[in-house]
Amino acid sequence: MNIIKLLESFNIGETPNVKKATSRRDSFNMFGQFGKTLALAAVPSVVLNVIPKGAFARTNDIVGVLNFALTLEFLEREFYTMGVSSGVIPTADMAIFNQIKKHEVAHVTFLQAAITGSGGTPIPQPNFDFTAGGAFNPFNVYADFLALSQAFEDTGVRAYKGQAGNLMSSNDVLTAALQIHSVEARHASEVRRLRKKNGLDSANKGWITGSSRGTLPAATQAVYDGEDNVMQGGVDASTVTTVGVTATQEGFDEPLTDTQVVAIANLFIVP
Amino acid sequence: MEKGIITKPDDALNIIQKPATRLQFLRFSGLAMASTALVMAGCKKDNNDPDMVNLGSGDIGILNYAYALEQLEAAFYTQVVSSYYSGISSDEMAVLADIQKHEVGHRDFFKAAIGTSAIIDLTFDFSSVDFSSRASVLGTAKAFEDLGVSAYNGAGKLIVSGDYLLIAGKIVSVEARHAAAIRDLLNPNSADFAGDDVVDGSGLDGAKAPSAVLAIAGTYIKNSIDASNLPTS
Repeated sequence: MNIIKLLESFNIGETPNVKKATSRRDSFNMFGQFGKTLALAAVPSVVLNVIPKGAFARTNDIVGVLNFALTLEFLEREFYTMGVSSGVIPTADMAIFNQIKKHEVAHVTFLQAAITGSGGTPIPQPNFDFTAGGAFNPFNVYADFLALSQAFEDTGVRAYKGQAGNLMSSNDVLTAALQIHSVEARHASEVRRLRKKNGLDSANKGWITGSSRGTLPAATQAVYDGEDNVMQGGVDASTVTTVGVTATQEGFDEPLTDTQVVAIANLFIVP
Repeated sequence: MEKGIITKPDDALNIIQKPATRLQFLRFSGLAMASTALVMAGCKKDNNDPDMVNLGSGDIGILNYAYALEQLEAAFYTQVVSSYYSGISSDEMAVLADIQKHEVGHRDFFKAAIGTSAIIDLTFDFSSVDFSSRASVLGTAKAFEDLGVSAYNGAGKLIVSGDYLLIAGKIVSVEARHAAAIRDLLNPNSADFAGDDVVDGSGLDGAKAPSAVLAIAGTYIKNSIDASNLPTS
């Protein structure tokens, strides 16, 4: 079963926002901010039939978002667990990847508990193919490992950012998601700089310049599309400062929708 | 529809006649929200004490809170890049120069976004920082970046507008990228970029309430900051 493909069918960001009447934000519902409607009924019944019982019970879209995040964390946990034990990582860089692995393992555990705590059922771990059908050889070629690591971390940052708005009905879940989000960003920065140190991308920085994937393969371009955006809150942010377009683009990371993330992750998910 | 950043009904009218850049932010709110102005009227600065800066309430208060922190960071890095510590490496210089631009960009963005409700330009006291010392500069940078990350993480739940929350999210991950880079300069290729001193056993980064953040940041800010009207949940 292809979990990611199932996720894709759910359009997390467009599901009805079922809120408990607890927050100030409820007062804004009357203005329709959260009133986007995509009824559960719109999900094809064939998809519903293969969903693990309990998962994606659409009484609370927070569970759906958390399961979406869990899928990404499964992917990262598996990738770093395999990478750390593969022998592909030089001794000098092991401390970095042991730390990242530790965090991704913890994120899986945390999200599983959060899903259960929210009344949902955590999805099972999908099967992964980190060669993406033979395009990468990450556990034998360090450059490939680093390339995928950067792509996964930068994707993770964008994925969490894109879901924050769907978690606003729960302060605790939103805060935790933000706390994971910034850890992924720390990872991304470190791996990006490490690729520069290893001579793999002399122009690489801890932050993303424009929509450049640098020396990453073309297959990763979707990870960076849209990062060159300068429109913030309806205004071209580069026009209200003197630092220029490039610095403005670097200074604001951009989100990805669940659909965009799914398209990326799907490259590595197998039946 | 979110709470707007209108402070006076006049602003809502001005947008019709003057499509000035700043006012384009009002697209967030729309004319129908002009009544918000009455609610926000209590957010203006305390004119009785020129040194006291009232951040305001609601989302405006949170935006001003972020603006204050970005002012702090921008001022710090601007001083850093105006006279680098001796012996600085090209990599360190490139990192610090980039971060300075990002922080200035953040500061300028918030000032424009908040418009007439923005707090004043703050004044800072960096007397505790030795700008000729690598350890002092990078150590301070590390503290500011980690503080910024925890500040945005802690403020997210206080924001009502999904649009503002997204913008905060766009900025906080860049702050986290900064934090990791600075930490890597201080302790290369170690676990410190996301060290156990900032990331807990569940893999979660810091999240601090505004009061806790301002208690730390305030030691570098000469103005008195009144955060008493900020939302707390």
